[in-house]
Amino acid sequence: MKVLVAGAASGLARQVVELLLADGHQVAGIDRRSWPGAPPRLALHAVDLRKRAAEDVFRRFRPDVVVHMATVTSLVMAGEERTRMNLGGTRAVFEHAHAYGAKHVVFVGRHTYYGAAADLALYHREEEPPQSLGTFPELADLVAADLYAGTTLWRGPHTTSVLRLCYTLGPSRQGTLASFLRGHRAPLVLGYDPLFQFLDESDAAKAIVLAVEKRPQGIFNVAGPAPLPLSTIIEGTGRTAVSVPEPLLKLLVGRFGFPSLPRGALEHLKFPVVVDATAFKKATGFEFLVDEVETLRRFRALGQ
Amino acid sequence: MHRMLGLDVDERVAALELGFNGLGIDRWGVSKKHLKVFFTALGSLYRYYFRVKAFGLEHVPPKGRGMLVGNHSGGVAIDGAMVLASMFFDLNPPRLAQGMAEKFLNALPVSSTWSSRTGQLTGLPEHAEALLHDERLLMVFPEGARGTAKLYTERYSLVDFGTGFMRLALKTKSPIIPFGFLGGGAAIPTIFNAVALGKLLGVPYIPVTPYLVSLPLPVNLEVHYGEPMHFEGTGAEEDSVIGGYVEQVKRRIAMLIENGRRERHEAKHRKDAR
Repeated sequence: MKVLVAGAASGLARQVVELLLADGHQVAGIDRRSWPGAPPRLALHAVDLRKRAAEDVFRRFRPDVVVHMATVTSLVMAGEERTRMNLGGTRAVFEHAHAYGAKHVVFVGRHTYYGAAADLALYHREEEPPQSLGTFPELADLVAADLYAGTTLWRGPHTTSVLRLCYTLGPSRQGTLASFLRGHRAPLVLGYDPLFQFLDESDAAKAIVLAVEKRPQGIFNVAGPAPLPLSTIIEGTGRTAVSVPEPLLKLLVGRFGFPSLPRGALEHLKFPVVVDATAFKKATGFEFLVDEVETLRRFRALGQ
Repeated sequence: MHRMLGLDVDERVAALELGFNGLGIDRWGVSKKHLKVFFTALGSLYRYYFRVKAFGLEHVPPKGRGMLVGNHSGGVAIDGAMVLASMFFDLNPPRLAQGMAEKFLNALPVSSTWSSRTGQLTGLPEHAEALLHDERLLMVFPEGARGTAKLYTERYSLVDFGTGFMRLALKTKSPIIPFGFLGGGAAIPTIFNAVALGKLLGVPYIPVTPYLVSLPLPVNLEVHYGEPMHFEGTGAEEDSVIGGYVEQVKRRIAMLIENGRRERHEAKHRKDAR
């Protein structure tokens, strides 16, 4: 199959590209970022997804499948530009996929869609609406992109797989949880220790490739091992957990070796976002290979 | 510490079948490490402070889903804590009963972490249903917060029961194990509930006793478990049908309380006569 990966130079997407190539697919990528040492068989186009040049890639390559991994979090990009990137980029991907005859689009979204709050149930299921956006407005554009992708389930002529992927940890050291663990100290809100759910990057990439190959229509949570308390993750990756009272932590983030976090992210340090991924497993047969203990050990071995 | 107290906490935690991972944590975030601390604290209260007597333990299924359903007794959650302790210390093999905690417990620091690590999840229908599907033992107080707010003079009465637990039992085909809890009202003889003070502290109310603070007195507590009750249905029945089933459970609990009081009274008489 011809697979086009939008956002192909990100850490996780690189592994997806490698797996797709290994499976014998013809792969093209779009990303403004460079990828030194990219596989020679990958046709990587350094264009902006929202510009004309990106549409030309769709027109010339005529992908069977488009994997959209070009959304960004508030940790990577701030304000209006992020909103334009996430919404404008997602719209462009679906419109071009439609216009140039793709049969399947995989939208790789995030499990943080569901939000974190004291009165939400553990193990969110796909039918739930996004909640507690009020406390974390920086997530709004990602949630909107997810919901927009979901509308193509009934609008689009192609198959759509909307994936809500839990956190990932791996050699790219990218992603929300990896960024949180970047320093040697990681903060906990005093008195809170929420459960975090994560997959090893290699398993996350495998799950995305399975979605490409099995072509499940619908919205799917993607996760692997059971969640762990954040303190266990911090210690398991060789960092030091520092419990700080909430008002003080608001002043400390981004300073003194603490990671920089948007204000709303503090709710995610107090309450869990955990998903039920049985529907995805049933649709694709996905099984993780790297368990939670091994994932932490590998991440620890990468150093800080 | 628990060895000094003569509590076999380590062995009992090891005997819990909850599907712990290599780090001693189950899929709901219940942690062996936290359970040991939690049950050491509860065990000292259970064995030595309240000297709780548990009757009818043979009615609790040794494995598989089940709902312990009983009355609230006492202004703070001693009743729930002692039911958890009786399932852990007096049932063989032990089981972890999982309560449906008030929402504020997960919102407040410290109690948020401890309620999660000990499996006392926020009282949401989604949690209850998922735990039963996981073949866990649920602990439910259908009187809700109105039940803990009972005053000393109302200590043996039952307030209205919610109906959610019955719909859940029908939907998940779970047996209901009724229990009557005695003595909590005397442990915390509430004369007044300070609602405004509670709001200030982020809890529903603070029970005020004749000696002002709401620390419980060391009175003997009893919990009487009754035979499992099975109901047939889907959980989508009309309110009048569900109400009838709920009434049966409520009557059974009232009977367990009444029988317990009578036995207690007779035992006291026998002791006085000697």
